[in-house]
Amino acid sequence: MSDNGQPLFEVQNLKVAIDGNEILRGVDLTINEGEVHAIMGRNGSGKSTMANVVMGHPAYEVLEGSVKYKGEDVLDLDTDERARLGMFLAFQYPMAIPGVTVSKFLHSALKARAEGGDVPVREFRVNLNKAMDLLGVDPSFASRYVNDGFSGGEKKRLEILQMFVLEPTLCILDETDSGLDIDALKTVAEGINALRSEQRAILLITHYQRMLNYVEPDVVHVMMDGKIVRTGGIELAEALEEKGYEWIEQELFHDTDAATAAEAAQA
Amino acid sequence: MAPETEVNRPELNISDDYKYGFHDPEKPVFKAEKGINHEVVEQISEIKNEPDWMRVFRHDALDVFFSKPMPNWGDVDLLNAIDFDNIYYYLKPVEEQGKTWDDVPEDIKNTFDRLGIPEAERKFLAGVSAQYDSEVVYHSLQEELVKQGVIFLSMDDGLIEYEDIVKEYWATAIPPTDNKFAALNSAVWSGGSFVYIPKGVVVDIPLQAYFRINAENMGQFERTLIIADEGCRVHYIEGCTAPTYAADSLHSAVVELFALPGSHLRYTTIQNWSKNVYNLVTKRAVAHENATVEWVDGNLGSKLTMKFPCVYLVGEKAHAEILSIAFASDGQHQDAGAKIYHVAPNTTSRITSKSISKDGGRASYRGMVKVYPGAVGSKVHVECDALLMGENSRSDTYPTMEIAEEQVQVEHEARVSKVGDEQLFYLMSRGLTEEEALVMVVNGFIEPFVKELPMEYAVEFNRLIQLEMEGSVG
Repeated sequence: MSDNGQPLFEVQNLKVAIDGNEILRGVDLTINEGEVHAIMGRNGSGKSTMANVVMGHPAYEVLEGSVKYKGEDVLDLDTDERARLGMFLAFQYPMAIPGVTVSKFLHSALKARAEGGDVPVREFRVNLNKAMDLLGVDPSFASRYVNDGFSGGEKKRLEILQMFVLEPTLCILDETDSGLDIDALKTVAEGINALRSEQRAILLITHYQRMLNYVEPDVVHVMMDGKIVRTGGIELAEALEEKGYEWIEQELFHDTDAATAAEAAQA
Repeated sequence: MAPETEVNRPELNISDDYKYGFHDPEKPVFKAEKGINHEVVEQISEIKNEPDWMRVFRHDALDVFFSKPMPNWGDVDLLNAIDFDNIYYYLKPVEEQGKTWDDVPEDIKNTFDRLGIPEAERKFLAGVSAQYDSEVVYHSLQEELVKQGVIFLSMDDGLIEYEDIVKEYWATAIPPTDNKFAALNSAVWSGGSFVYIPKGVVVDIPLQAYFRINAENMGQFERTLIIADEGCRVHYIEGCTAPTYAADSLHSAVVELFALPGSHLRYTTIQNWSKNVYNLVTKRAVAHENATVEWVDGNLGSKLTMKFPCVYLVGEKAHAEILSIAFASDGQHQDAGAKIYHVAPNTTSRITSKSISKDGGRASYRGMVKVYPGAVGSKVHVECDALLMGENSRSDTYPTMEIAEEQVQVEHEARVSKVGDEQLFYLMSRGLTEEEALVMVVNGFIEPFVKELPMEYAVEFNRLIQLEMEGSVG
């Protein structure tokens, strides 16, 4: 619970379309401070849409529902306002900003959220160096242009580095594990684990269970066709890894069958 | 670039107007009648008390100007809108050039104070020339450099004091017949700089010239000649601003550079004319064996700029670098580019052109690269990058390559991009407002240019860009 007694993050009956196609068909999700949740699902199930909508991507149209952060509906806020409240999205495909150094970028982002807009350079440097050290990132990283010519692993590491420096309260990680070799995955996972705290909530969006071997979630959700269809513990992820998504599909099918049968019996 | 330097750059905090648009009351010592004719040319020559060959040169050039038609390429509509009869071609603001700022009349001194020139001079310049309308009103050069034989004078004084050197090079790179505006400049030129750097002398902090138009309907026609003798090194910077008037002004300079063997000559321009100024300038350099010439050319202001800095690579292993940025917003056309002629073997060149068109502004890249027969082993690299923002903005690229030699290496890359929604979303998701995000993308885009500027100019340039970007998010 956050200070006002509300869950830190609460999505209710969220329905979203892009170009007239309904992608999310009524998503419900509650995450409290200190919790780590995972949303698993196939490509096209709506996971990334969910992440982007929560952060306010302009291409999506919200048809219905609410997204509350600390009890406040954020759907009417601009992306930057959400960010300044403490929400953060680690991108699946981070954008390159040629000519802008990592250090300049992060300093500007910090200043944007600082009261009075001032973050002393010295203090910033110290924090940045500490974060880079923790993540095992070469100091030269700071003077490279943001994601420009970065390898997949470097891009994901930069996303994690940003979380360290900006210290958001809600971190949504969209397929941060994709395209990483095992060493890079371990480094990134260590970074995420270091960010776990009583005050912070983390939402991992992933296709595979692999990442969850290194970052163990408190709650696992399965998303299918724009809805969360199963919620459970780590055992749900393990079952998925073993049996595949078809298993849930079949179960769902049986559920529907059973419901239809029950309805038929009542009639 | 070291991150320390870059994060230390001061924050930008400014009003939303062209802050150089003010003007002083006119108090000319002499002002020629409006319009252009042989009488005006004769008056200018007489006032300057110059050698007879120059007087003849001017009159001949005026005939060339009259006989040449207006260019039939480029922004023909804007060019044809120039009313040559409604321009003052010569205005002498002071009797004597100042050697200290106290010698300069109060109004004019205050103007240059507001432009930050005396302060820059104290902090980081080796020499300063300040031109106000038609004449250089203040001039200085560090004593140390004078002792080493460096010459940095107004072009007018250069002609009187070093007539032989001037005569040897004068108009050899840009004859009056080159184009209509070079002819006009040749006829009525006044002011500008004469620079000579002796053999082997390294001038490691910049020399700066500042050009200010003050009077309404003014034409400014400075003329600059720089000779870099063997093995020397020099960086010359020019800046320019003008008041904002309803009527158009005309700035038409001619700049000739001669880089003798092994010398290194960089010429940087930060053009920030008010948006009622036609800026039609001819700039050309000749690079001899092992010499390097660099044009670093920033165009922010003016109504129409036509400027294509040029390098003739006439000596083996000479190198040319042309790095330019053009920023065109509503009501502006930046027609900029580069020309390089590879005449000698193993010469190399690199053109990097960046343009930003915003809110209906128009930027063009016009380039000519020519490799002559026999220029074997030459290497050419051309890179054009355009960024479009807002509705109806326009970017055109007109690259021409004439390669008459087989054993050469030629690369050309051109890109047009828009500031993408995804880029903005990414930056905004980190807490930057849409405008801050846009400024950051643009600053990144021009970084390859800005990092070539001395620190103080980089700060100023970024500030000017931010000013242009204000209010760009609706």
